[in-house]
Amino acid sequence: MFSALTPNAAAFLAGIFGILLLASGIVFGLKRVHPNKDYGELNSRVNSWWVMAGVFAAAMALSPTLSIIFLALVSFLALKEYLSLIPTRRADRRVLFWAYLAIPAQFYWVAIGWYGMFIIFIPVYLFMFLPMRMVLIGDTAGFLRAAGSLHWGLMLTVFNLSHMAFLLVLPQDVNPAGGAAGLVLFLMFLTQFNDVAQYVWGKTLGKHKIIPKVSPKKTWEGFLGGILTTTLIAWALAPYLTPLVGWEAPLAGLLIGLAGFVGDVNISALKRDLGIKDSGSLIPGHGGILDRVDSLTFTAPLFFHFLYYLHY
Amino acid sequence: MARFLRLAFFALIARPIALVVLGLNLRHRERLPLDGPAIVAANHNSHLDTLVLMSLFPLKLLPKLRPVAAADYFTVNPLLAWFSLNVIGILPIKREAKGGVDPLKPCEMALDRGEILVLFPEGSRGEPEVMGRFKRGIAVLAARRPHVPVTPIFLHGLGKALPKDDPILVPFFCDVFIGEPMFGNLEQAVFMTELTTRMQSLASELPRELAAETPAETPTETPYRPEES
Repeated sequence: MFSALTPNAAAFLAGIFGILLLASGIVFGLKRVHPNKDYGELNSRVNSWWVMAGVFAAAMALSPTLSIIFLALVSFLALKEYLSLIPTRRADRRVLFWAYLAIPAQFYWVAIGWYGMFIIFIPVYLFMFLPMRMVLIGDTAGFLRAAGSLHWGLMLTVFNLSHMAFLLVLPQDVNPAGGAAGLVLFLMFLTQFNDVAQYVWGKTLGKHKIIPKVSPKKTWEGFLGGILTTTLIAWALAPYLTPLVGWEAPLAGLLIGLAGFVGDVNISALKRDLGIKDSGSLIPGHGGILDRVDSLTFTAPLFFHFLYYLHY
Repeated sequence: MARFLRLAFFALIARPIALVVLGLNLRHRERLPLDGPAIVAANHNSHLDTLVLMSLFPLKLLPKLRPVAAADYFTVNPLLAWFSLNVIGILPIKREAKGGVDPLKPCEMALDRGEILVLFPEGSRGEPEVMGRFKRGIAVLAARRPHVPVTPIFLHGLGKALPKDDPILVPFFCDVFIGEPMFGNLEQAVFMTELTTRMQSLASELPRELAAETPAETPTETPYRPEES
């Protein structure tokens, strides 16, 4: 069953479930110790982690193709959530339809490993095609806003997230230890871990607000503590899952920590602009899908190109 | 055969469209009736409304679900008539009462059989994403069967996904807010005011940007405007 995973990747996946088991145990313990406190939110948060990790792990363990399809589905949900949140013009329905069709195309380029097409399809071809389609409809009122916001969302939810999928089709021989799955696990785990680490550091030590206008709960202590922890974990994990050597490993961790923070507040700014708290209600305890993949939209392309430049 | 087709259609086509292609932001699911007889009343913007409302119920209740639909629209074309009657399972009613025939009679009979009626009190889909005035038929029906709960359901976004004038479905997350059930033991006018009020209060649960986009900012989009009654 674990044919698609190297022993390291499989062991790491097992470790992730170990952490979840620990988290569930802690929640269970908290409920026993403080029976009058409401842990509903925390509980559903951890349960949602189980579901997300379970589906992700199953896809990764079964086959790379299945993992690519899974990631395409994540992109679809994220784009759909984005387009449901922002104001769109009724006249642009056909254009939005084309934007959705970009998802199977983009992930198909990934699946066949066509790097050249993967890297220019959305930033170049769709950048020109979608506005052209809008112009042909002929409605100029709100044109810039419509064209701009559509492309922004497409870049974030499809182009950026698809970098995670391209990690799966990189040449295997460069990374015998971790394999294709190892790279994705490394990126995914560190990004999510960084979110949690920044939250925990902020919660315990946080005093000085870092970006109060956008995200009033984020603090310098959380930001720095999170990045430091992520950098150290990246250093420790990299030899088992990635081809990164020496100084490259902690640098990758630093990059993921920084980019994760920026990706997070980027979506916070979007939500604040739209006057909403959560981007949706798809994932109990977390909010919408954009709330969960916000950091990944920045870490995925940056980690990918860092790695690609150094080793592929 | 028709029963099997109906089950297959809802399990394999309607539900995946409602839950995966669209995706529902469902609030207050616990207010849904658990069994018939019952009436659910929603605002109407799209053909998807019926499929979404029917997808809210467990499949085992499917044989009891009857969307009330206009006979003059759905039963004229023979193919559409066959599909509507056998697969969707509509309860056709005549919109105009002619020759002493009571248009609500089939609805009463269905409720007496313990069925769940899916009703659109606006009567037609109207302008996309604009709630029209509710017709009083529902108050009359509720008064005749005062023990049957009437559950108001507010739908939003489906008129964006599949509006009246465009056959292409564009995926959007859609909001489905379920209200507290009410009963027909009220006077007709009071019932209608109460139903409208409940719908509007459900509509006000939407985030403000979506609920009322100012025409100055988005001149081409029809803002959502609950009609006063």
